[in-house]
Amino acid sequence: MAEFVMPSLGADMGEGKLVAWRKKPGDAIRRGEIIAEVETDKAAVDVECHINGVIERFLVEPGQKVPVGTVLALIRTAAEKESSLPVPPAPAAMLTEKPTPAAPVKAPAISPTAPAPTAYRPQITAAESRLRISPYAARLAAELGLSLKGMAGTGPGGAISARDVAAAASSKQSGTGSAVIPAIEADTPHVRMRRAIAASMSRSKREIPHYYLSQAIDFTTALDWVTSENGKLPVEKRMIHAVLLLKATALALREVPELNALWEDGRSVQKENIHVGAAISLRGGGLIAPALHDTDKADLAELMQRFRDLVKRGRAGKLKSSEMTDPTITVTSLGDQGVDSLFGVIYPPQVAIVGFGAPMERPWVRDGKTALRRVITATLSGDHRVTDGHQGARLLVAIDRILQEPEKLR
Amino acid sequence: MKMTYREAVREGLRHVLKSDPRVFLMGEDVGRYGGAFAVSKGLLAEFGPDRIRDTPLSESTFTGAGIGAAIGGMRPIVEIMTVNFSMLALDQIVNSAAALRHMSGGQISVPLVVRMATGGGRQLAAQHSHSLEGWYAHVPGIKVLAPATPNDARGMLVAAIEDPDPVFIFEHATLYPVEGEVDDPFQPVDISRSTIRRAGTDVSIFAYGGSLGKALQASDDLTTAGISAEVVDIRVLRPLDEATILESVSRTHRVVVVDEMWRTGSFAGEISALIMEKAFYDLDAPVVRVCSAEVPMPYAKHMEAAALPQTANIVAAAQEILGRHG
Repeated sequence: MAEFVMPSLGADMGEGKLVAWRKKPGDAIRRGEIIAEVETDKAAVDVECHINGVIERFLVEPGQKVPVGTVLALIRTAAEKESSLPVPPAPAAMLTEKPTPAAPVKAPAISPTAPAPTAYRPQITAAESRLRISPYAARLAAELGLSLKGMAGTGPGGAISARDVAAAASSKQSGTGSAVIPAIEADTPHVRMRRAIAASMSRSKREIPHYYLSQAIDFTTALDWVTSENGKLPVEKRMIHAVLLLKATALALREVPELNALWEDGRSVQKENIHVGAAISLRGGGLIAPALHDTDKADLAELMQRFRDLVKRGRAGKLKSSEMTDPTITVTSLGDQGVDSLFGVIYPPQVAIVGFGAPMERPWVRDGKTALRRVITATLSGDHRVTDGHQGARLLVAIDRILQEPEKLR
Repeated sequence: MKMTYREAVREGLRHVLKSDPRVFLMGEDVGRYGGAFAVSKGLLAEFGPDRIRDTPLSESTFTGAGIGAAIGGMRPIVEIMTVNFSMLALDQIVNSAAALRHMSGGQISVPLVVRMATGGGRQLAAQHSHSLEGWYAHVPGIKVLAPATPNDARGMLVAAIEDPDPVFIFEHATLYPVEGEVDDPFQPVDISRSTIRRAGTDVSIFAYGGSLGKALQASDDLTTAGISAEVVDIRVLRPLDEATILESVSRTHRVVVVDEMWRTGSFAGEISALIMEKAFYDLDAPVVRVCSAEVPMPYAKHMEAAALPQTANIVAAAQEILGRHG
């Protein structure tokens, strides 16, 4: 029996609220299909199932808030035969039902062919076996969404201490770190969002040694090209220049793949696919950076359409779980605000973030002459544990080169 | 500038005697003998018998006279030789000094300062060696100070004189010959706040008065074992500066409280309970108290040492709650 657990939809997520099930017990489900809707501190997310099979039973009711890793549903995989699965009574029923008294019942004959009851154990909670844990460690574990199951205690009398929780957190691949954030009284979505951002950004600044590079790029050719292309397109298909920046960054990453990586288990793991996370600011504050899958492979028209869709769904709180977890790098742009440049804070476990300022008219020397050009500043914040300025510079130079030939971007 | 704790108290007395003609000092042997601990030596010659007054062996009477003088507009400083003898004046202190402002609806204030020696470690046995400041810290209406350094001893005395309510200053008797740096020029010390004497990250050691030096020594010893111990000087027992204590706990998550009182009903118990009430979810290990053994203080040197909290006990307690044994 496969377990479907509350997924971690980002390094800053400790728990999630199950909003609704999208399937029923008995339904067949395929990998990639939406099984549930989950609300995190940042967004409402359609969670995709990663198992092929038939839904056996749900263990969590809609409306419940549970830590990451909590088993939400049991799924019978294709390999398991239906007949071998006697449905165990619900644990709640076992507790409330009184044993039927007296009436002697014949013990059922044990048939050697009868299938052994499948060992399905409900989730073990702390209440079932007395756990020695310090209050601070318990609080940390809850904040980090860590299960206490099997955690070794090194505190006084073998109690689990904060040190043990930190060790468990760092050994767990999701590595939510030891971000400790002060409790905030009001629990509004806005407060939760700020808290989530506070946790991930504090962790980033604490753990990641950032280096910063910037490159002024003559963006005139690209902007002119966008204008002329848009002239040929119906309004609903027109592009914004940000899409060029996303695509150019993705193509440049093919040349400098070291920056398309995630920090996992204390080392950098280079990723095959380039999923650029597009930073989207939300109304009422906060931001998210969901993935544009395979950014380098999509043409501009498709990217524009997907980007528009992502912004719309992101702001409506309707993102898919894979979009929340897949980004391999983030691109952030404050172009519409008019700042020259911005230096981003890396979103863990990513190892780099690319930032673009607004295109500004600048005197620019070209072929020995001063001309008025529209210039955009690209920046890179890189994880110095993973790369050096050398690779970072190669990426920015590649972005510059790619943007000079916008017609090739399609 | 360096001076001994004894000199610092004397400097504080001299400062307030000079700056306010309403101030006078009274107590057993404070005049001709120069004080049981030689604190007021020379003051009689300098300020005369009107302002440095010897009293009979009658703690209740001269403490009560101090209260009356304070109500009458003077600024008396009453010296009680040791805290053990102050039991005789307890009625005056608890029923009069502490209560009068409240009972008079704010019409009567008692600007009295009472100084007394406290603590063991000098082979003076049970009737001269106990630490009972926590009893006084129980009483609302008074302030209770426990300076551990010459600078605090001098600066707190001056702040106490400026306070409109009764202030009790407990001077650990082993501290008088201890030398320390004092502010030059002189400044009063805030008598509402504790202070962090050494910053650390692994464990907070709360101590005051005669135990502060042992806590700092323990912190040194723990450093060599790779443990970073924060040392917080409680120094104001009432009103207790809860914020400094709770902030320290929120940083280190582990607590050792050192207190020369007997463990049962000790002031360390109050600090421990405060942490339990307000910082429970910051605790990574039980709070440990290092207090005196529950016996009348022995005379024999080795037995007295065994009865009092010592550096080694503090180190062991810290190692215990850190799960590391030295």
